[in-house]
Amino acid sequence: MKPGYGEILLTEGDPQLREDQERLVEEFTRQLDSGMWAAVPTEHPGSGRREATMVLDYAEIPPDAERVIFFPRAAGG
Amino acid sequence: MLLALLVLALVTTVLAGPVLARAARSWTLRRTAARRGSPLPPDLTYDPGRERRAEHRARQLLRSCVNDEEWAMYRDLGFVRVAGRHLGDGHRPSEARLPPYAYLVYPHKPIVAYVPQTGQLLSEYCVEFPDVSGDGRSRLPASDDVLAKWMALTSDEARVIGQANMHLVGRQLDPQRVRRDLWRLSEWERRRGDPRSAQARSA
Repeated sequence: MKPGYGEILLTEGDPQLREDQERLVEEFTRQLDSGMWAAVPTEHPGSGRREATMVLDYAEIPPDAERVIFFPRAAGG
Repeated sequence: MLLALLVLALVTTVLAGPVLARAARSWTLRRTAARRGSPLPPDLTYDPGRERRAEHRARQLLRSCVNDEEWAMYRDLGFVRVAGRHLGDGHRPSEARLPPYAYLVYPHKPIVAYVPQTGQLLSEYCVEFPDVSGDGRSRLPASDDVLAKWMALTSDEARVIGQANMHLVGRQLDPQRVRRDLWRLSEWERRRGDPRSAQARSA
């Protein structure tokens, strides 16, 4: 999420492929280093309840995650 | 004939005056900013078309993340309800019954905590998601702001509430308006046949 632009695709790839994974890790790290939060939208099978999971490290991303959303850190308004 | 043309030219000049003056001011400011290497003033960088496209994308993203009920709530009422996750005993409230507390998430307004059973307003949490990559003057599209709050609350409620400035309801939001929104929400749920709405009314 970028102010003034909304959703922007940063990068995409297959994490099973080494070359893609390196690019994904690099972008993930770059976003977190720039002060963004990363979250993965998830859906509970059965209940259908949806929520997000905050991830602080690339290794924490669920293997079946289709996307990671980066958004600015919360601050007191 | 000549007189008519002169009058027409005069009227055109008068009508186009403000537009020309604005264009001239904009050109001067852009030229000055370019010469000094300084950023453009916000009123020159604001592009309504870009903002509208951004909001359109943001709504699509929000819709893809929240469930159907939450999306319909936002579409129809302009806010989303997020159930409080902490019961104090480490357990989460079930989907079927009302949570002990919940939040109303508005775009670019404080998050409001309330008790669904009684409608009692608890507090408002002022939180924003400032632009860390840009100049800090622009903000997220409205639907992205709601999604950011939704993701933060559903993933790490304690963290986002800890970052927010807490106040009694009424500092930024009109309590009457929030109560009216709660009434709208209960009517909306009643029309959808949500059993939790009946629970709240009977409490």
